[in-house]
Amino acid sequence: MKHIITLLVIAALFVGCQGGKKKNSSATAKKAEKVSALTAAGATFPMPFYNLVFKNYTKEKGILMTYGGIGSGGGIRSLKDKVVDFGASDAFLSDKKMADLPGEIVHIPTCLGAVVIAFNLPEVTDVKLTNKLLEAIFMGKITKWNDKLLQANNPGVKLPDMPITVVHRSDGSGTTYIFSDFMSKISEQWNMKVGKGKSLKWPTGIGAKGNPGVAGTIKSTVGSIGYVGSEYAFAQKIPVAKLKNKAGNYIEPTIESISAAAKGEIPADTRVMLTNSDDPNAYPISGFTWIILYKNQQYDNRSEAKAKETVKFLNWLIDADAQAVASKVHYAPLPEKAVKRAKAILKSVTYNGKPLAE
Amino acid sequence: MKSDKITKYTLFIASLVILFVSGGMVFSLIGGSIPAFKEFGLQFIFSTEWNPTEDREAYGALPFITGTMFTSILALIICLPLAFATALFIAEYFKRSSLASILSSMVDLLAGIPSIVYGLWGFYTLRPLMIELGWSAQGYGILTSGIILAIMIIPYATSLSAEIISMVPNELKEAAYSLGATRMEVIFNVILPNARSGIIASFILAFGRALGETMAVTMLIGNANVIPKGISGVGNTMASVIANQFGEADGLKLSSLIAIGLLLFLITGIVNAIGKLIIKKLS
Repeated sequence: MKHIITLLVIAALFVGCQGGKKKNSSATAKKAEKVSALTAAGATFPMPFYNLVFKNYTKEKGILMTYGGIGSGGGIRSLKDKVVDFGASDAFLSDKKMADLPGEIVHIPTCLGAVVIAFNLPEVTDVKLTNKLLEAIFMGKITKWNDKLLQANNPGVKLPDMPITVVHRSDGSGTTYIFSDFMSKISEQWNMKVGKGKSLKWPTGIGAKGNPGVAGTIKSTVGSIGYVGSEYAFAQKIPVAKLKNKAGNYIEPTIESISAAAKGEIPADTRVMLTNSDDPNAYPISGFTWIILYKNQQYDNRSEAKAKETVKFLNWLIDADAQAVASKVHYAPLPEKAVKRAKAILKSVTYNGKPLAE
Repeated sequence: MKSDKITKYTLFIASLVILFVSGGMVFSLIGGSIPAFKEFGLQFIFSTEWNPTEDREAYGALPFITGTMFTSILALIICLPLAFATALFIAEYFKRSSLASILSSMVDLLAGIPSIVYGLWGFYTLRPLMIELGWSAQGYGILTSGIILAIMIIPYATSLSAEIISMVPNELKEAAYSLGATRMEVIFNVILPNARSGIIASFILAFGRALGETMAVTMLIGNANVIPKGISGVGNTMASVIANQFGEADGLKLSSLIAIGLLLFLITGIVNAIGKLIIKKLS
């Protein structure tokens, strides 16, 4: 009996201490001018890039940066719940979605990425696909690798007599959004039957969770094909298909071809999809990935120092140093125009009515 | 006297907490799923459509209900002979031998392996085997998930059944032996009738585990939101679709996922109730 009482008392004390600590830490954070940590969460698609640059920033500035790869939707929700300093998303928020948030938000593009069509075939590493073939494969109309149409488009390659296993995301994803945005642009059928979104009603195939999950499933499933954030395919050395772009050229996803997709006009709020670009050298399934944050940084108990630090970091992120890191992990750095737009947007971010950018 | 009272109240409060937690769970599940049922009505249970695309949203739980039932029943069928045989072996044939104790600790060990490890093993070992045997083109689907689930629930069924078999009074068995009964006769005429309700209860418990299992199944079932086409077809289960999709879900989709959670809760509850009924009838 005594034991039980002691146990209960200890438990109560423990809980009490925890609560006390929490209060203390938030109180000190409010007072202290020095900011020691920034937290962000969101898309997994740019995660390899963010992981690298965040680590660099921590090393350089001594501010602990944490990024949780929980998916674009999770990033948006975390920002809505105000549990992160900024969120990350591969799909820009529609006007309707923006209105759902408690405050006005801004989009800061951070780099360009490609969604690649990765596949797993014995002894075949070079496959060329047209829009028609993409549509047929991902809608389940072509089910064999040695299908006449598919073989005819790849004359130099002997495609095996093997069923095609389409691999797609089982969770909601910005990667899926970019892919389906492209598919809806190139295929009337797709647009009517499937449409675009972060998760879809798939006509065929099997699902895997997250970009790493899709890459892993493709890698271990012979005869599979799927779409995945470029870095995940390159890191695992999974072959990717060359796609025929709008100008009719077969394009491999490289940093140059991804950059080429952003040569067109970029709107002031940077909310634009870059898929199916007109540029003759552009890889067709490319897109920006964004950081999202509140335009008015004065909310809840947020200190001015923290808001300032956030904007300072984002300015650093779109500058040359951080952008140079992007290409190391197969993302394309932001073009000049986009950087200019992003800087202008960061200037509009305020605290107590005053702009935060220096 | 005083400590007696304290014990009584402590125990009472502790059990009250359980009541509050499960009550709160049902309450929030029902609350969360109201929008989905309002939008789709009972059709939610019978519709096969699962379309999360904006402006075309339509959700139905039937593919997941069938997926869950198929995999769990398959797991139960595979588990039944294996677990039953092992339980008899441990608790009757080689009772108190070192072989039986090794075997029973192995079974307990199986119960302690985390779900994700089963998933990994299934993904990298079982799946290639299925392909090699030609049972499934890519190794994903109901059959592979069912086998993994069977292995996962064997420990629960086995250790409980063994416990119950070993609890059959020795006097009864000895009486049967002294009447000249063979071992087989003792098993089927003395042990089974005595342990019947307990054994059935242990398999129902194991079935309940299979219904809610998530991670290992997610890795092997193929996560296609359709009614499985046969035993080697791909599909999805209720637990798995929730785990996969809740991260990005909001609005109607989130409500639909919660509704699936509620249905899973109900199905598990019904299975348990049936189990209790059987036990009551038999004992």
